[in-house]
Formats: sequence, C-alpha cells, structure tokens
Amino acid sequence: MRERVGVYVCHCGGNISDYVDVKKVVEAVKDLPNVAVARDFIFMCSDAGQDLIKEDIKNLNLDGVVVASCSPHLHEKTFRDAAALAGLNPYLVEHVCIREHCSWVHSDDPEAATQKAIWIVKSAIAKVSLADELQPIRLEMKPEAIVVGGGIAGMRCAIDLAKAGIKVHLIEKKPFLGGRAAQIFKLYPSGKTGSDLVKELVDELKRYPNIHVYTNAEIVEASGALGDFKVKIVVKPRYVKEGVSKEEIRRAVECCPVEVLDEFNYGLTNRKAIYVRESSYPEEAVIDMDHCIKCNECGIADFEQKEETYELRGSMIILATGAKPYEPKEGEFSYGIYDHVITLPVFDRLLAVCDGKLEYEGKEIKDIAFIYCVGSRTEEHEYCSRYCCVATLNAALGALEKFGKLRVYHIYRDIRAYGKYETYYEKVGEEGMLFIKYDPEDPPVVERKGDKLIVKVRDLLTGGEELEVPVDLVVLSVGMVVEEAEIFNMLRVPFSRDGFLQEVHPKLKPVETAIGGVLIAGTCQFPKDTVETTASASAAVGRAETYLVKGYAELEPFIAEVDPEKCDGCSVCVEECPAGAIRIENGKAVINEALCKGCGACGALCPTEAINLKGYKYEQFRAMIDILKEA
Amino acid sequence: MKSGDEIIMTHKILIFAADMAYRALDQAGLLHAHYSPNTVIFRIPCATLIRPDLIVYALKNGFDAVFVASSGPDCPFLGEKCVSIVSKRIEKAYELLDKEGIERERLVVSGVCSTCVETLVNTLERIENFLQSRG
Ligand SMILES: Cc1cc2nc3c(=O)[nH]c(=O)nc-3n(C[C@H](O)[C@H](O)[C@H](O)COP(=O)(O)OP(=O)(O)OC[C@H]3O[C@@H](n4cnc5c(N)ncnc54)[C@H](O)[C@@H]3O)c2cc1C
Repeated sequence: MRERVGVYVCHCGGNISDYVDVKKVVEAVKDLPNVAVARDFIFMCSDAGQDLIKEDIKNLNLDGVVVASCSPHLHEKTFRDAAALAGLNPYLVEHVCIREHCSWVHSDDPEAATQKAIWIVKSAIAKVSLADELQPIRLEMKPEAIVVGGGIAGMRCAIDLAKAGIKVHLIEKKPFLGGRAAQIFKLYPSGKTGSDLVKELVDELKRYPNIHVYTNAEIVEASGALGDFKVKIVVKPRYVKEGVSKEEIRRAVECCPVEVLDEFNYGLTNRKAIYVRESSYPEEAVIDMDHCIKCNECGIADFEQKEETYELRGSMIILATGAKPYEPKEGEFSYGIYDHVITLPVFDRLLAVCDGKLEYEGKEIKDIAFIYCVGSRTEEHEYCSRYCCVATLNAALGALEKFGKLRVYHIYRDIRAYGKYETYYEKVGEEGMLFIKYDPEDPPVVERKGDKLIVKVRDLLTGGEELEVPVDLVVLSVGMVVEEAEIFNMLRVPFSRDGFLQEVHPKLKPVETAIGGVLIAGTCQFPKDTVETTASASAAVGRAETYLVKGYAELEPFIAEVDPEKCDGCSVCVEECPAGAIRIENGKAVINEALCKGCGACGALCPTEAINLKGYKYEQFRAMIDILKEA
Repeated sequence: MKSGDEIIMTHKILIFAADMAYRALDQAGLLHAHYSPNTVIFRIPCATLIRPDLIVYALKNGFDAVFVASSGPDCPFLGEKCVSIVSKRIEKAYELLDKEGIERERLVVSGVCSTCVETLVNTLERIENFLQSRG
C-alpha cells in the first residue's frame, strides 16, 4: 500500500481549467489518508511542472504519483521519465485524462465536468495505492532477422536489412524469387516489365553476402518471441548437380524431352521438366519431379539429392507472404463456362507471350471487355483491392501499344485511379476506349452467340440503357485475397476482418503485428501495388532496425503474473491465453514472459484470482470502485 | 444536478475502455463531442481481461451501469478473436447478474474502434436514457 501519493492537476493553460474547477479537484482529494500533497499547475508537462513533481518526490519522499491532465497517449511517458529521474519507479505514476475525456467533452456543464474529474482522480489514487514497482523487460537483440516470402516486399526487406549490417534469412516457398510482380507484363507507373523489376532487385540482393536465400523451402515449425525466434525449414532438392555452368543449363533444358504446361504463364505456354526462370534467382535450374521421367537426357540431374532441414534463428520476423488473385467462382460472369472468359493475371501473361497478334485459344482477339471489381466490394470480400483499376487500365493500354487496333470496353462500378494514376484513366479515354458503368445490384451477364461473347449490361451512364456488347475476350479484373500460410497460425498473428494480416494500428504502428517482433510488409497486409509494397517493406525494415541496430529492446512490463500461493493448477488460464504463453509446471501456472502479450485474458476466468496482469490487478479495480462508492 | 457546494450526480456509469476505445475517447475529446458526464473511465489493455464478477462488483458498489467498450475486431492483442472472447465474458456476467437480480440492461458491451466516436456517444446515450427511465 502506497502511503505518500502526490496528486498533480493540470490546467492545460485553460483547456482544462476553463471548465473543470481544478482547485475544487485538489480540495476534494488533498485530505485523503494516503495523499501527501495535491497541487494544480498551469502546465504540468512544462519543465516547471515536471520539476514540481520531481522536487516533491525528493522532498516529500513520495511513493506514488497521480497526474491528471491530457491523454496518457501524449504525456504518460513524459511523467514516467520525470519520476524516474527523481528516483521513483516510473510505474508508480498513474496518468489520467481530464482534458479529452472530461473538460473538452463536458464544456457545456462545468459542474458535472468537475465532479467527473474528481471521480477520475480519486480512482487513480486508489489504483496507484496498490501499484507495484515494475521493471521494463530488457531483451538482447542479435542483428539477425528472418524474412518470409521472396516477392518484391521480401526482397526489398532483405536488401535494406543487409545494408544496415543485419544478417538475413530470406525464405521462399517457390523455386525462384520474384513473387507475383514477376508475371506482370508492364508495370504501372514505371512502364518496366515485372521481370525487369525483379532483376533489378536480384542484382542488388546478390551484392550482400549477409543475405541467405532459401528457395523451395517450407516452414515446418516457428516458435519463440521478439529477440529469439526459431524457424525450422525443409528445403526441397532441385535435383540438379551443383556448379553447372549457364551453358550446361541451357543445353540441358533444350535436351529435356518432357514438356508440361508452364504455371508461370498460366498454361499459355509449355516448359520443360527441367527449367530456369530468366532474370530471377537463384540462377540455377530445377527439376519438376512430378513430371520428370528420370531419363537424364539433360545430363545434369542428380536424383540422389535429399531434403535438407535448417533451424534458422532471428531476433525479428518480417512476414512478406503476399496475396493471390481472387479466383472467380464457376459461372461468375460465365467464368469456367466459356474459355474466353479469363482473369487479369492471365491476360497479363497473354500480352507477354503473344507475338505479332493477340491470340487466345486459337482465336484472334479484336475486341475485349474488361469487367471491374470481380471479387472486390462484394459480400464475400467487402474491401476494394485498390491495385486493379489502374492495373486494368494499364493492361488495356499495354495491349493497344503492343497489338495496335483493338476495340476495348471498360465495364466498371467506379474507377479508382487515385493520385497521379488519374492520367491512366484519361489516356484510356483519349484512346477511344469505351466506359460502361454497371449497377452492382444488376451486374453484367456474359453469354455466347456464335463465335462471340455477348456482355449484357445496363449502362448507368446512359440512364440505364440495355447494351449488348459483342467481344472476343472477357477479362475479369480480379481483386486480391490473402495468401494463407502455416506460419500465421504458428506465430498466432491476428487477421483483419478482410482476412489479411493486421497491423496494430494504421497510424501509430502500421507495420507491427500484435505479436512482438513480427512485422508485416507488402500485400499480406492488404492489397497494394508495387510502389506501396516497397514503401511498406522499407517501413518494416526501419522499424526492425530500431531494435536490431541498437542491440536491445525495452518492453513495457504489463504482462501476466501468477500468485503460486493461490494457483491450484486448474489450467483455465492455459486455455484462455491466446498467445500460448502459459503452461502448468508442478501443478502451478507459469508464464513465458517473452510470449505474453499483456492482454489479460488469462485472468478473467481464474477461479482463485491467482493470475493478474501487472499494472492492472483486479484488486486495483475493486479499490477504484470502492473509493467512488460514496463519492 | 447541483446544490450549494456539493455537486450531486444522479447516477454513475463505469466505462471499461480497452486500447482502441480509449483512443476513441481521446478522439471524442478532440472533436469536442458531447456525452453523459456521469461517466468514469477505467483504462484496460483489452476487454478480455474483465472478470465477470468485477462487473457485478461495480454494479453492487455504487455504479448504475457498466459499459464494456472493447476494441472490437481492431483489438491489437487478439484481432478478430477478441470479439468472441469478450462475448463469452459478457454472457457469463449476464448469468451472474440474473442470479443477483440485477437488470441485464445495466451492462452494455460494444466494440469501439479508435475513431468510432459515434458508437461511443450513441451507446452512452442509450445507457443514459435507460438509467433516466429508472429514475
Ligand atoms: C494482374 C496483376 C497486375 C498487377 N499490376 C501491377 C502494376 O502494373 N503495377 C504495380 O505496381 N503493381 C501491380 N500489381 C501488384 C503487384 O503484383 C503487387 O504489389 C506485388 O506483387 C506485391 O508483392 P509482395 O511481395 O507483397 O507479394 P507477392 O508478389 O505475392 O510475393 C509473395 C512471395 O511470398 C512467397 N510466399 C508465400 N507464402 C509463403 C510461405 N509460407 N513461405 C515462404 N514463402 C511464401 C510467395 O511464393 C511469393 O514469392 C499487379 C498485381 C496483379 C495480380
């Protein structure tokens, strides 16, 4: 029990004192049994205000402090630091808000605002009276990080981390780096091909020996916490001898007698059972054992290679596992019914692989209808996928540029060519392509008539006129959905309503997840284009560096604690803990401090109240209620 | 509301404000929104912390209503999962209230995101109306 509490009520230069009678607040609490001093001051956060607290701590030997001023989000740290300088444990400072939560919202009723301020201050006194001295948790941080996903985001992260001298393990599940961006025919805004962008990153990545790349790798275990994560991966063999030259690889691919549909081009072209990806990494071949007939015509196969297991460690993990295009349902805009209804990613590859004339499934394409917002802004996926409007406009322009005359219809709900991408929208109009606006309540219908597809649509731009648009190809502008990964569950990262990985706060902690030390970059967080993906990757690295370069992290001490006297080992808390941070040992609950997130869920159903969250003990809450009973 | 020097408030509402809801209360201040002053705010990290018996304790010891303002699906600790766990807590609290003969209307729960000022204001108005109807 704290016996000598100092109470400080701030005027905030009138922001508080114009409505809350601060003198009355001081009067109301100064004679409480454990209050040693109560004062009001014009600006508590000023140097003079802080000095007042520091002097009192020293001269009056305070063992607790209550500051009532603005929101603790603004100055809690200020007052904690001030107390620490004066020799008081910083967690014996209770900062409460009587500005945002009181004077500003009850300016119409100063009497009531004053009474509410008294309640708030009294409850804080009760709380601090039972507060314990706490120590921030200090964690050593080795300069080593794990990046999961080798797309644009993951590669950018690896490079930026390596530049800061941090050792990086970059894990990619596919045989080559690059992710989805590698497949894009022509990227907005740069106009480069996707593979050019990937090549630039690969060239940069190769310069850093402290980046360790694991492709064809599957994560089988992930555990640990900030400062000490462990990730176990199994790397599948490439079945190709090591150290073979580029020329040998070229010849091997040529000799291979097995041809299969190339998934990179969505089956528009074939590849061999042994193959490489131009401008990607590693610059090695891989054998697709699902199709290889083990003839060894290629001459460089090594069928003896075995899976290898690695245990990687990192102080932090950046998840950059990306997103995948929405796969339309069978029959959605006749997808899966007519061959000539395809998705935007497939169209992108079609643009890349066609030469001379645009052809699909043996038919020359002269007119195209793009249908927008497929799989976005629907009941199933409520969000806007944001990249698709501009990517579709851009793909249409790319098609026109490569193949000349085409009739193009953009059948849309709303065009969201935000920011500088408005120019793409304008350009499409200038090129004479037509816009038709559909009503999501009455979406377009795709049918076949002869060798044409007919898009039936009511055009809102012409007052709901029924149109029948005959085309050779319908391209569905599909949104993005998250790419699921086992590691999400292994690390217990929370998801947003939309199924993507969720940041702690969009403005305050935009690249951090609720799991300490696990950051997110790129489209695993929400749909982004490459520009936004790159920005978020650099942001995540910036955040990681604040720990990894300094060499340690200091965490708030608000984690669960068990009173072994009271604990009967019933394990209700183990079930309640969403972080897997509690285990039963010798009949008592034990907290893994590195894993505890500090939510407090463990304590709520404990039959003996043996488990409490530090800084938020249940006896403190009861004392806060008690002190207001008569007030 | 007032008599001489003593300020007399007719009733008291306890708001358990989880991380995001606490930010919404900050935001309400910045916007100079108005809501009932018969409110006391207890800051908590996450609403899953609340013991059902603590709610009963508050209602038996001077509070006329309890508003559990959780972070909803934006919870920085649990994300979407927070919602179902909090409902579990509240269900349990309702059972306890029934046993004690305390009206269920005195306990209100709502997910409040960091900018959900309207949710805050409307919920408090509802509680205030209920309490006034009880005199
Ligand atoms: C059709 C289409 C056109 C587009 N056009 C443009 C454009 O013109 N301009 C533009 O700026 N953007 C465009 N985009 C968006 C662009 O593709 C994305 O912004 C970019 O690919 C996102 O990169 P990423 O690294 O976040 O994710 P991804 O590219 O999805 O990469 C994620 C990587 O992580 C790997 N991975 C996933 N799970 C695991 C796991 N469990 N373990 C290990 N590795 C894993 C994946 O294999 C992949 O390599 C387009 C997207 C599409 C679909």
